[in-house]
Amino acid sequence: MQINPITNGVVLDHITAGKIMELYRVLNLDELECSVAIIKNADSKRMGKKDILKIDAAIDLNLDVVGYIDPGITVNIIKDGVVIKRKKLGLPEKVTNVIKCKNPRCITSIEQELPHVFKLTDRETKTYRCIYCESKAKNI
Amino acid sequence: MRHLIDILDLSTQEIDELIATANDIIANPDKYREKCKYKKLATLFYEPSTRTRLSFEAAMYELGGNVLGFSEATSSSASKGESVSDTARIIGGYADIIAMRHPKEGAPLVASYKAGIPVINAGDGGHNHPTQTLTDLLTIMRKKNRFDGLTVGLCGDLKFGRTVHSLMGALARYKNVRFILISPPELKIPEYLRTDMLEKGVSIYETTELSKVMPELDILYMTRVQRERFFNEADYIRLKDSYILTLEKLQNAKDDLCILHPLPRVNEIAVEVDDDSRACYFEQAANGKYIRMALILKLLEID
Ligand SMILES: [Zn+2]
Repeated sequence: MQINPITNGVVLDHITAGKIMELYRVLNLDELECSVAIIKNADSKRMGKKDILKIDAAIDLNLDVVGYIDPGITVNIIKDGVVIKRKKLGLPEKVTNVIKCKNPRCITSIEQELPHVFKLTDRETKTYRCIYCESKAKNI
Repeated sequence: MRHLIDILDLSTQEIDELIATANDIIANPDKYREKCKYKKLATLFYEPSTRTRLSFEAAMYELGGNVLGFSEATSSSASKGESVSDTARIIGGYADIIAMRHPKEGAPLVASYKAGIPVINAGDGGHNHPTQTLTDLLTIMRKKNRFDGLTVGLCGDLKFGRTVHSLMGALARYKNVRFILISPPELKIPEYLRTDMLEKGVSIYETTELSKVMPELDILYMTRVQRERFFNEADYIRLKDSYILTLEKLQNAKDDLCILHPLPRVNEIAVEVDDDSRACYFEQAANGKYIRMALILKLLEID
């Protein structure tokens, strides 16, 4: 299978096999007009199978969202055909409007304008809690 | 700018300092009578809590300051649909410090983002009530002169009682504090809190019988067992008397036991206990004013 290398853009590598469509949806990639390559079940020495996402435009992705959904991802920023930045993501400290607080006693339940913000409170167990009411988010 | 949203926002050193200030206020009240002259405290109470509100107001008046605010949501802009954030921002232009009570969890935190002045959480639903915990800590320190090594009995509703949860969180930071938890099985502390305590290496012993553990206790913190917490009336009737403190149950208690209760009580402490030297809950209520005075001074950065 041949996919042309991109000149300027972003490549998300080492996506857990099967997670790519969730990323596509959450990042609203359907709104992009540039070419987007979705590679499913590519062979990986490290992971067996992995997904890869290539975006042929220098756009700003919300990497907190990406890291929250799949912390093992490597992000490659490509400029003039060269990888100028490579970053292994990990879990973000904080995510805004990614998780919704469902606690009916939380202030977010009556004030629609408030952003839903969750903070990482335990890296080992991947626990995120609402900054307002400390309710635990369902595990990823 | 500092706020007080959660008791754990304060380091143990800051708690020591607040206790020292409160003790100094009690010893030398005249020194503090004009410390907050021309300052205003806004008490924004979206649900009524007369005792807490009056404690804050008394604290500010005793520092020579003034008070404005509302005592329930119906008389406030909230009834017209104004957001907590907007109200806080507007009040920030009128007052120097805010004490906020709100039925929803996290409302005071939201207020602190936009107020531009210090915000004190005066209770947000079943979530936090840090000035109650400060009151409890001041009382314990005045009675015992230490936190380290105390055996603390917590009795009654340990499942829903937020005062119990935050007191445990605050005391767990000191050395060798032991908790003895006395409650019906239905009202034990939540699992997350138990895990949290055990992870911190805090010793916990759970029992359903108060009298058996009474001789070990340095502190006995009573809370109310509410009828509505039980699935059926029969269970409530069967259990409620086990968690009522009487002179008879105090027979084998230490002479220097310190009995606390966040008040108001209904019947969980028999009136006959009030005149026992070990009953400290009215003094605890009075201490609430002094620690709030100390807190207002700290947040307003007044020496
Ligand atoms: Zn929440």
